Amino acid sequence: MNIELPHVGESITEGIIGKWLVSPGDSVNKYDPIVEVTTDKITMEVPSPAKGTISKILVPEGNTVPVGTIIAQLDEFHVGYKSHTEHPEESSTLSSRLGVLNNDEAPVGPTGSGGPLSNQKPEISGKSEIGYSPAVRRLAKKHNIDLALLKGTGIRGRVTREDIQRFVESRIQPKQNTHKPDNQETRLPLSPVRRAIANNMIKSSSEIPQAWSSVEVDMTKLIKLREALNNQRDAGPKFTYLAFILNFVAKSLRQNPLLNSSWDVDTIVLKHQINIGVAVATSEGLLVPVIHEADKLNVSNLAHAISEISDKARNRKLSVEDMQGGTFTVNNTGVLGSIISRALVNPPEAAILTTEAVYKKPVVVGDQIVIKPIMNMGITFDHRIIDGSEAGKFMQSVKDGIELIDSIS
Amino acid sequence: MAIKTLIEAVREGMHEEIQRDERVFILGQDIGRRGGVFLATDGFIEDFGQDRVIDTPLAESSIAGIALGSAMNGLRPIAEIQFADFIWPTFNQLIGEASRARYGTNGDINVPLLIRTPYGGGVRGGLYHSQSIESFFSHSPGLTVVAPSTPYDAKGLIKSSVRSDDPVVFLEHKRTYRLVRGEVPESEYTVPLGKAEVKMEGRHISLITYGLMVHLCAEAARDLANDGISVEVVDLRTLFPIDQETILESVKKTGKVIIVHEDTKTGGLGGEISAVISSEAFEYLDGPVTRLCGPDIPAMPFSPPLEQEFMLSTEKIIDAVQKLVDY
Repeated sequence: MNIELPHVGESITEGIIGKWLVSPGDSVNKYDPIVEVTTDKITMEVPSPAKGTISKILVPEGNTVPVGTIIAQLDEFHVGYKSHTEHPEESSTLSSRLGVLNNDEAPVGPTGSGGPLSNQKPEISGKSEIGYSPAVRRLAKKHNIDLALLKGTGIRGRVTREDIQRFVESRIQPKQNTHKPDNQETRLPLSPVRRAIANNMIKSSSEIPQAWSSVEVDMTKLIKLREALNNQRDAGPKFTYLAFILNFVAKSLRQNPLLNSSWDVDTIVLKHQINIGVAVATSEGLLVPVIHEADKLNVSNLAHAISEISDKARNRKLSVEDMQGGTFTVNNTGVLGSIISRALVNPPEAAILTTEAVYKKPVVVGDQIVIKPIMNMGITFDHRIIDGSEAGKFMQSVKDGIELIDSIS
Repeated sequence: MAIKTLIEAVREGMHEEIQRDERVFILGQDIGRRGGVFLATDGFIEDFGQDRVIDTPLAESSIAGIALGSAMNGLRPIAEIQFADFIWPTFNQLIGEASRARYGTNGDINVPLLIRTPYGGGVRGGLYHSQSIESFFSHSPGLTVVAPSTPYDAKGLIKSSVRSDDPVVFLEHKRTYRLVRGEVPESEYTVPLGKAEVKMEGRHISLITYGLMVHLCAEAARDLANDGISVEVVDLRTLFPIDQETILESVKKTGKVIIVHEDTKTGGLGGEISAVISSEAFEYLDGPVTRLCGPDIPAMPFSPPLEQEFMLSTEKIIDAVQKLVDY
């Protein structure tokens, strides 16, 4: 039987084959892990669909393939025959039952028999005007492809289903490495996570026209409040700035629904849930686990959720659910010491917000120069969906929340 | 496992069923002392006697009528019509009565009748020993129409047909009788009615077919594999009711399909299967649903060059597949 790359969650259309845990000839039980696969959301192990012997591995490590691709073949262990027959003791294969043609046997007929038949070819005529087939239209819509850009390989340049599949693969497949090795450089093979990040970022920068802006936020009040709260708090994780900021971001997304949306061919899809991805640096690379329905959590819950999800990310314990459904991303680049950075939108989301390091600087208040703790906060957004005015309104709302806070609700 | 011809598998299946169930008996022309013109019942009269192996006069309507009456009264007849070309006198008994008895009596009377007959050409049989008749019977819900392609399926399907409580028309392509050899288990097994089987798996194109054409399609598929064309061969096995699920699953995978049958084109099964595919798998199609069938002429001719022109061949199938794959 064929083993396919399984469908593991909504919006996951392809996966990168990581380490093969079995080799051809290995016996496996049903549910034994056979290969590690990285999707753009998560690394997981694919279980064997049945008991048997691995006969072929069809996709080598490091290759990206769409969900449903046959990645290996398994000779199933058969207890009997076929499930719908009453099992005979002997086993056979379909091909042996299909039989062979005994061509030297003269045809049997009541009025005599003749020699083998010779053959002639019929004429089949083609059409002159060829549009897109239903399969091509369906796939083009699914993968958001402008068919006019494709060169067809079918008759008279018709775009075939395979042309689309090839195009989709080329979009996600990095160019083949043609360099010869020499001792002037070292080439690092890509880990599955690295490749997933690369593909996602290529998609982001090649498909989404992005605009960027940044605001300064006065952190005086938030710093004071956070210190007071953490001093009172004995149990549970300490409040982080991020927990407060997520709280304001979630509220502001509710007021500015365009920031919590996706572009889809010719419509803008407003997402009803507010699921905020939080970028976490791990030893494998950047992961973005998601805090679901963040607008329903208070600051304390958010602090808890952030701490839980970061731990999971660092310990490789994230589930598929933890990784999918994100509608907006917050990237706390401040922990790296950055004071200004320009993020790339995390597709298919509409925008990403960065929070930078807090530092003291002189600012003008009235006619005086005073020293204040300042944080830069940047936003990169999909300019197909959002204009500067909406982005500005959203940023002002988050900024006001932070600057005017006196207590938590 | 033993290698058998298709006719040996049919004989074995019937023999086992007559032995297994005392209600089963067999009737037809020359099936007793002659053992059937194709030797499908060779030795039966010695094994089971004249009460259960009945030589009939040359009267197809009465063969079907006797079978129908005895089936209504609790027996399980296997009636043989020597050639499908001569089945027309049975039409009223089978269509007018057998197919409708259970429906018309609200389930009080059922007709466990099996009528088997050799059909198909390519044997220099001329107008009276070569025809395909399946579409006439596949248009009569109430009848199950079966057409095996392999010895394994032939035995498993004939056993299921004997055990069916409703009438079955069992079509054996006479060219496959001794042409096709394959493994047949010694032990008890059946093949379910109404289930198609993917005989070869492929990615680029589906060939939906049955009977002798399964083998021509398989040969074409093996040949085309050398050119990197991956062909799926679906053997319908039962022609009515048709296994839509298996057909649609295959077409959704490949996106291109040719229905291959020896029977003439217009009003043949290919038209019905095309309609099912167009309405249920439209969005998966990447090329026109194609039929490769016998030509619309009155009968399979006797003249050898004309018979060759009528019959499909591996080369004709390869040609049609290549055209559709290139589409």
